[in-house]
Amino acid sequence: MSIIRSLTLLLIAITMTVFPAVHAQDNDPGQTLLGNLADARPAQIEDAINAIATSGDVRARSWLDAYGNNRLSQVKDTGRIVVVLNNRGLDWTISDALTGEDLGEISRRELDRIPVNNLIRGQLDGIKAMLDLDAEDRDIRLASAESMMGKVEAPIVAPLEERLELEEDPKVRERIEAALAIYRVGEGDIEAVDVLAGSLHSRARAALNNAADSDDPELATKAKAALETIEQKLKLNKAAETLYFGLSLGSVLVLAAIGLAITFGVMGVINMAHGELIMLGAYTTWGMQQMLPDQPGLALILSIPAGFMVAATAGIIIERSVIQFLKGRPLETLLATFGISLILQQLVRTVISPQNRTVVTPEWMSGSIVVNDALSLTLNRMYVLGFALVVFAALMLIMRRTRLGLEVRAVTQNRNMARSMGIRATRVDIMTFALGSGVAGLAGVALSQLTNVGPNLGQNYIIDSFMVVVFGGVGNLWGTLIAGLSLGTINQLLEPWAGAVLAKIIVLVFIILFIQKRPRGLFPQKGRAAEG
Amino acid sequence: MWLTRPLRERSTQIFLGVLFAAMVVVTVLHVAMPQDSALHVSAYTVTLLGKYLCYALLAVAVDLVWGYLGILSLGHGAFFALGGYAMGMYLMRQIGDRGTYGDPVLPDFMVFLNWDELPWYWLGFDMAWFAFIMVLLAPGLLALVFGFLAFRSRVTGVYLSIITQALTFALMLAFFRNEMGFGGNNGLTDFRDILGFNLRTDATRLGLFIATGIALAIGYVICRGIVASKLGRVSIACRDAEARTRFLGYRVERVQLFVFVVSAMLAGVAGALYVPQVGIINPSEFSPLFSIEIVVWVALGGRATLYGAVIGAILVNYAKTVFTGVMPDAWLFALGGLFVLVTVFLPKGIAGLLASRRKRKDDGSDGSDSSDPEPTPAREATA
Repeated sequence: MSIIRSLTLLLIAITMTVFPAVHAQDNDPGQTLLGNLADARPAQIEDAINAIATSGDVRARSWLDAYGNNRLSQVKDTGRIVVVLNNRGLDWTISDALTGEDLGEISRRELDRIPVNNLIRGQLDGIKAMLDLDAEDRDIRLASAESMMGKVEAPIVAPLEERLELEEDPKVRERIEAALAIYRVGEGDIEAVDVLAGSLHSRARAALNNAADSDDPELATKAKAALETIEQKLKLNKAAETLYFGLSLGSVLVLAAIGLAITFGVMGVINMAHGELIMLGAYTTWGMQQMLPDQPGLALILSIPAGFMVAATAGIIIERSVIQFLKGRPLETLLATFGISLILQQLVRTVISPQNRTVVTPEWMSGSIVVNDALSLTLNRMYVLGFALVVFAALMLIMRRTRLGLEVRAVTQNRNMARSMGIRATRVDIMTFALGSGVAGLAGVALSQLTNVGPNLGQNYIIDSFMVVVFGGVGNLWGTLIAGLSLGTINQLLEPWAGAVLAKIIVLVFIILFIQKRPRGLFPQKGRAAEG
Repeated sequence: MWLTRPLRERSTQIFLGVLFAAMVVVTVLHVAMPQDSALHVSAYTVTLLGKYLCYALLAVAVDLVWGYLGILSLGHGAFFALGGYAMGMYLMRQIGDRGTYGDPVLPDFMVFLNWDELPWYWLGFDMAWFAFIMVLLAPGLLALVFGFLAFRSRVTGVYLSIITQALTFALMLAFFRNEMGFGGNNGLTDFRDILGFNLRTDATRLGLFIATGIALAIGYVICRGIVASKLGRVSIACRDAEARTRFLGYRVERVQLFVFVVSAMLAGVAGALYVPQVGIINPSEFSPLFSIEIVVWVALGGRATLYGAVIGAILVNYAKTVFTGVMPDAWLFALGGLFVLVTVFLPKGIAGLLASRRKRKDDGSDGSDSSDPEPTPAREATA
């Protein structure tokens, strides 16, 4: 309501600045138009409304808005037409409908509401949409044409056709044509079916469906044929959407697992607290946004280095305090780090809250890219997908092209040899673990944009992450990337016919069976590293 | 005879002696002492102790595979829960028409979900003998299939741990589904009687406690028997040097499979005795957290000792009861801390502490070179 009210005010304000001459109330044509509406008998209302709509008056849109919302009234004593701005309580705030002049408050008993009936209200949307089609802004015109799909009635066909001649924007034209075609198909026009044949809009399909059931056999067959091509197109779009969601889920898995691929895959340390490091990254994002409440976008960007640092520091503490004492005892490491994960979870529950926290999605990340009527790609998932690929590329670069990467590979392949060549193995251990943990923190920052941030966030990802690493082949970053993306896609492909939970179970069972077949994953390590 | 041999062992005799003495004391204090006496053991306590004994049996089962076979199973909760569900299904069928909806055949939750008839896998559970066989068969079969696949392709170590965890996780998700026909996330509950005895009477509760104690004793003796037999020796060899054992000509995967299946069946029995005592079974028993908790009981008590597993299970669960009563928030801190402290500072557990003290008293050595089969990290050339 308040949007409409402010819109009304805005329009009135514009009117006042653009047409100062209209101030003179005496010879204002609006006076006649509104007066006719106010005095109209029920049967005449339609004409009065059409008169307003076709008047070309800039204020027409705001009058119709007010009228449709029961806000257009007449002051009993003076007969002045006013817009009610606030109808709470006994005294209502009003302004003059013609000039927009603020008239203060008035008792509601002094007002006569100009009545609306449901018949008129149903047509109002179409009429308003028609008015919007004249708007300067292309987006308003497009939205208006969109709202007309399936709502076109006989009286506005002619004006709409006129409007179509004037329209220059191809997208708006397409919409108006489709809207007209839906009406014509409804009337039994066979030619119009061609216009709708390629459309993915749900109303176009509804119109064709109706036509397919019609008594006219020619129309029915043609509509059926058109529907078939639409179905084909829809299937294609559905597949594209599934692929997108699959890749998006896969990118989340890759992000969650890639840090593990370093600590577990490269170093051989089983870190069951990896999920909680992800959680720490997500909470860092939340904390950043608490510190910068007005700039969620900036906070999110700052969280990327901050989340990395927080998780990396936590990783170093875990490595120094526990893992270094358990070298060569992987099963014990598993248990100890699991204990750490319990402590971290409970710590968050006690210090922050057991409840989920909301992380705001900045404006530039929300919304979606509309490809066509059946397919739109949400932006935040797109960003996360991109982020995952960037993180992956950066890690590849570090492992392949930097001194640290070289040392890590040397230490994992032959620890003693590396040490005798002057590499400080302990330092490499710490750095590697910090790197893996930091990446977990990055995963947390990204995840905060997709899921709830709560103490259980990490728990939900730990088993999946291990599955991805093991499936891809331990010690192989490419394997992790491919495993993550393919598992995500498989999961999404299964979901439509199996349901979310069963899909997940099937994927788990598939991996369990796959590991039996190929214990070293998709891309097993070869050569010396495999024996180490 | 491999089963009677352990009865001649000193440690087994001590264990059985302590266990039976404790059971007699609890029984006498429960039955003979008047209600208001300070020494009276309430029915609640008896059931609580019965629950601990179930956990102890479960811990013994885990110790058998982890301590003597070197397989860290993070999915034993699944076998426990399967045994529990088999028992729960029997108890559900025993309710008969006394349920809320009064349906003579269908359990309440099925009526609620508009099922028309019992699914096939519920058939036969109205007969006690069938249900009790299923208590052994269901976990045993799962372990057989899973173990056959895993051991045949030589999945060991951490990989095996992770896929056992995935197994129990997958089962948890499956049992949470209402369509599975196991009561969804509410599980099976509202039990009335077992073998004709009312579950809500003190006498039945005491009976269940004693039955659990006996099951623990038998389970312990079976495990001890396996461990002391030739098969047990091979199993220990598999734990310490799997490849070498294989090259010596032993069928490693068969040994692993046998021990794994026995362990799963024991876990199933523990679950079956657990369910009538706590009165409910739901999918949370499948949660990976529970399975990994079992492992920490064993680690605390001392791996590869069997009696250590019993001590650990009882101690940790007693601590859990106390903690969750007094300050529930602190329990996860304590449990997490326990994981870290035990693995870093107490690798041989409480049993290890006891053993080294005894040795020092005996001959003044530091007790580090033990002839007893204690686990050493397998360091072997896999090349």
